[in-house]
Order: sequence, then structure tokens, then C-alpha cells
Amino acid sequence: MPQPYSLNTYSLQPKYLQPLQMSIQAIHIRKTFGNYTALEDVSLEVPDGKLVSLLGPSGSGKTTLLRILAGLDFADPGSNGKVLFHGEDVTATQAGKRGVGFVFQHYALFKHMTVADNIAFGLRSMKRSERPDKAAIHARVNELLQLVQLDGLQKRYPSELSGGQRQRVALARALAVNPKVLLLDEPFGALDAKVRKDLRRWLRTFQEEIKVTTIFVTHDQEEALELADEVVVMNNAKIEQKGPPQQVYDRPVSPFVIEFLGNVNRFTAGVSGKAGDKPKDVLYVRPHDVELEPEGSETHEYSLKAKVQHIFSAGNYGRVRLERVGTHEPFEAEVPRERLRELELAPGKVVSVVFRHVRLFPKGEFLEADIKDGKLAV
Amino acid sequence: MPSIISRFRTDKVPKTQSAISEPRWMRYTLMGLAAGFLLFFLLIPLFSVFFEAFRRGIPAFIATFEDENALAAIRLTLTVALICVPVTTVFGLAAAWAITKFSFRGKSLLTTVIDLPFAVSPVIAGLIFVLIFSGTHGWLGPWFESQGIRVIFALPGIVLATMFITLPFVARELIPLMQSQGRDEEYAALTLGASGWRTFLRVTLPNVKWGLFYGLILCNARAMGEFGAVAVVSGNIKGMTSTMPLYIETLYFEYATVPAFALSSILTLLALLTLVLKNIIEWKAGG
Repeated sequence: MPQPYSLNTYSLQPKYLQPLQMSIQAIHIRKTFGNYTALEDVSLEVPDGKLVSLLGPSGSGKTTLLRILAGLDFADPGSNGKVLFHGEDVTATQAGKRGVGFVFQHYALFKHMTVADNIAFGLRSMKRSERPDKAAIHARVNELLQLVQLDGLQKRYPSELSGGQRQRVALARALAVNPKVLLLDEPFGALDAKVRKDLRRWLRTFQEEIKVTTIFVTHDQEEALELADEVVVMNNAKIEQKGPPQQVYDRPVSPFVIEFLGNVNRFTAGVSGKAGDKPKDVLYVRPHDVELEPEGSETHEYSLKAKVQHIFSAGNYGRVRLERVGTHEPFEAEVPRERLRELELAPGKVVSVVFRHVRLFPKGEFLEADIKDGKLAV
Repeated sequence: MPSIISRFRTDKVPKTQSAISEPRWMRYTLMGLAAGFLLFFLLIPLFSVFFEAFRRGIPAFIATFEDENALAAIRLTLTVALICVPVTTVFGLAAAWAITKFSFRGKSLLTTVIDLPFAVSPVIAGLIFVLIFSGTHGWLGPWFESQGIRVIFALPGIVLATMFITLPFVARELIPLMQSQGRDEEYAALTLGASGWRTFLRVTLPNVKWGLFYGLILCNARAMGEFGAVAVVSGNIKGMTSTMPLYIETLYFEYATVPAFALSSILTLLALLTLVLKNIIEWKAGG
């Protein structure tokens, strides 16, 4: 098998021997569709070999950014947006010459071709002088099918495969031409929950093996947090925050990020709800930072009275839906099962609620605090 | 011993399984009405065509095709179809491609204009070409005449009129098909390094091949059967500019019933063949 098509070319460059190189750089990307701004001066850098997730709600611009990186779309003419792969300016390069592997949400497999022909398509599209011979293509297809654990399905048609299998074929097809970067557009979006979970774990180990720089778009925060080395949260045509998953989850920089990543309760008025309280900043509390106490133990500004609405427990934790007495604000608490039993919780019961940890965004800043003795401990 | 299951069996099973059920008399009236229409307007005429064609026996039927003028009409009809179908196919592909894959000014106008031949009476379509190409009083006719090219009352006029009528057939089949398929497969081919031409040949075309083929046979059936527009531009000169439908009419008015129906039966067979092919295609495309 000729060297240039071997998968081993990826593993020949151990990451630790090299300075942190940027595989993908997008600089000042602006994109408008008529009056609609899809991307507003977005810049992004992706280090070599990393798995990065673009996370955001639909309409946030994440897919547009991915398509611009792939060369399927282009930044506004006249804006000075640039796309660089490994330092090389590819802004004006056609999609086919950028060396990207692109995987679509709905697979986009060629329906009338077998699995083998699908995977071989990129190799057969090469210039005659660069194209590997028949035997090499055949070997490469088999190797890729083994890699995505679908060996033996060479002769099948896409319609004869399950969703998860189709997406793995799409991945193999994208990898066949040894792309410099791999771009995945909501790769698990069309799959059902169980397959999605399996496939994303598989993709994580797979990416670690082949070490090709990968960006994937998703609107599923759980997926992004579990899978990515780095999460880029997008909203309203802009990047809200980027960083390692733990950091983005623990230290969200804006109300949007905290609301988008995981469940969170928001309280708008003064927390204790006493008469004469002026509305304060919005206070965010994660359900696991809500503690329940027997009625009558609310003692300070960051505690309140609430009525239990609904209890559901799966595993060690129970999810309790509550309604604040007085304001009827609904919120959620995550309580250990044991605690549920101790408190003898049941719908209709009134309890005291204490917040362990809160987040505030006064005047656009971020304030995170533990509650100690009824005071914010900043 | 009765099984446990039987205890759960309901005694009364509703007679109809369908959620929508009409009274019996209504169902039979509607079915009868449909069957009646089918019989009177389709089956009897269809039968009568073949009945009349073979009324005087097989030799009389065959004699029709020994008539020089009949053969000339068949030849002309085939020639016209042979020119029109490829041209319409190329136009249809180009128009469908442009409309579904790009956004440009006047796109909705183009989509509407493609339907014009469906909306306009074929006689008017014929007259348009007479107005443009007539040798004596057309806009462009005298110039073509001076170049020694006869358009009206000749093959070019017949081809033009037929082309006008059949223009929408392929495009109309392809546009909804291409719209529903989206562009993802083509984008995928593009990112894999395929050229535009290769993408078209290996990805776009195979995806629309059955729709294309269906549009093609419909277009062919219409090209061979068109009467109104061709009657206006051709002048209906026996043995020269008389197509099959025109010659059938001539024969009929000359009381040559058997030859008229014999030729008709050929066109009818074409129609039946078209329907059979259509069904095969739908079955293939669906499976």
C-alpha cells in the first residue's frame, strides 16, 4: 500500500514533540444573508489534533462557520475574514482543494452507490497522476471499513444500513482522502438517543486514535461537554465563550452560557421575597446547589419557602419540582434519595430552601459565590 | 380449557377497520360513478379505436401502412420527436438545475414562464410562430426566406411548435425532485475533491434518473401526439408536412375510417406503452 494513503501518517507525529500548532484559524469572519447576520466578526483557533465543539442554539451561526471553514460557503466579500489551515491561507481555496473531511447531519451518502464505492469516491476523484491504483483503493476502503468497524458491508447500499452505520460510512468516506481537518455538522443529530450516546463515545476514542483535528457542531450541551477538548459556545452570530468543558460549565461568562449549559434555576426578584425588596440582578442556581430543609428553617436572604410539586427519582438523586411560595416561581432541586426520605417529601408539602452556591451577572460581570451564614461569600 | 387470552377478547369487533367510514350506499354510489366515467370516457373509446382499426380484417389494417403518405407522416412524427425530446431534456436539466441550485433575480419568473405552454392554447402557440416566421408577413420570416430557409409550412416550424408545447415536461418532473433532494450529496462530492462535471455525472444525474426518464417519455408522447400547434404551422401538406395526428384527421374527413383508426391505434399503443413505462419507473424509483 502506498505510504501517502496510510492512516499511520497521523500517528507519526506525537503531539508532545511539537509546539502547540494551530490547525485551523478563522480570523474576523463576517457573514450576512440579506438583512440577516449569521456571523459577526468571529475568530477561532483550533490547536493541532484537538476535538473542538461548536455549541449553540439553532440560528447561532455555528453551522455557517463550519461551512465557511469547509469552503462550502464564503465570508462576506469585502470583509477581511480569513481562513487558515496550518498557517496556510485557504480563504479563496475551493472546498475540494482544502483537504477537509466533511460529515453531514443527514449523512449525504450517495444513495445509488455501494458502501465501498461511497468510500472510494474521493480517491477516484483525484487527478490521474495522484490517484492510487485499483488495488490500493480497494485496500484503503477495506482498511477504513475496519477502522469504523463495518468490515463486510462493502457491497451494501446506504438504504440497507442503520443510521449509526450510515454515519460511520460517511466518516470513513470523509477520511479516505486523508483530510487535514475533519468537520462534522451535527453528526449525531438524526440518530436516536441510545445510538447517539454509543456513537459519540466511539467517536471520542476514534479521534484520539487518528489524531486528526476535528470540529463538530452540536446544539446538545451534554454531547459537547462529554466529547470535546474545548467547547466554543455560540449565540447570536457571536462566540460567547470558549474553553475546556469543565471551565465553561463551572465558570460561565454570561447568562446565556449558564442557561444553555445544563439545568439552571433563575430568580429575578429579591431572593427572600420580603415586602419592600427591590428587584435585584438575576440570580442563577444549579439544581444541585439547591438544598431542602424542613419548613421553618429559612433564616437569611438566600433562603426561601417553597411548595413541592412533583418528585421523580432515578438513580441516587431525586429531581424535585418546586414552586416558590408567594411568587409562584417554578424551580428545580436535585436532592439525594436519602434526603428525600428524611424530609418525607411529598407533593403539596412546604419546605425551606437554601442555596449553597449562586451565580450573578451584575452589570455584565460574572460573580460566583458560596453562601455562608446567609451572606454571599465572594 | 379456555386460554387466559380468550378472557381478554372483545366480543364486538367493529365491522370496518377504517376510522373514516361512510354509509354503504354512498360508497357504492361513488364507486359506481367513477367506474361509469372510466367506462364511457376511457375504456369504450380505447376499445373502439382497435375495433375500428381491425373492422375490415388484418389485411386492410396492414394496407394502411403501404400508403406512401401514411409512411411519410410516421417518418415526420418520428423525426420531430427525435429532435424535440433531446432538446427539451437538455433545457429541462439546465432549468431545473438553475432553479433548484442557485438563487438569482427573476427565479420565480422563470419558474412561472416554464409553465406557460401548459396554460396557453396550442393553437395560439402555433400562431405565435406563424407571426414570427411567416415567409410573407412574419417578423423574421422574410429574412429566413431570403437565406433559403423555409420555417412555416416546413419541418423547422413543426419542430419549433412542438418544442414550445413540450418544453415544460422534463423541467416540471425534475424541479420538485431536485428540490426535495437538497444539495448535501453534491456538497459532499465537492468536499471530496470531485469536479463540477464529475459531481453532475456521478451524483446529480443518478439521483434524478427516474424522474428524468419519466419526463422524457411524457415529453415523447406529447411530441408525437401534438395536434393544435402543429396544425397551424405545418399547413398540413399530405406526404410533406402532415404528422400522424394531422394525417389521421385528413383520413377521417376523407371517410377512410379503417386507415384513420389503424394509424390511431399506433398512437394509442404509444400511450399505453407510456403508461406501462411510467408504472415501471414509479415502481423502480420507489423501490
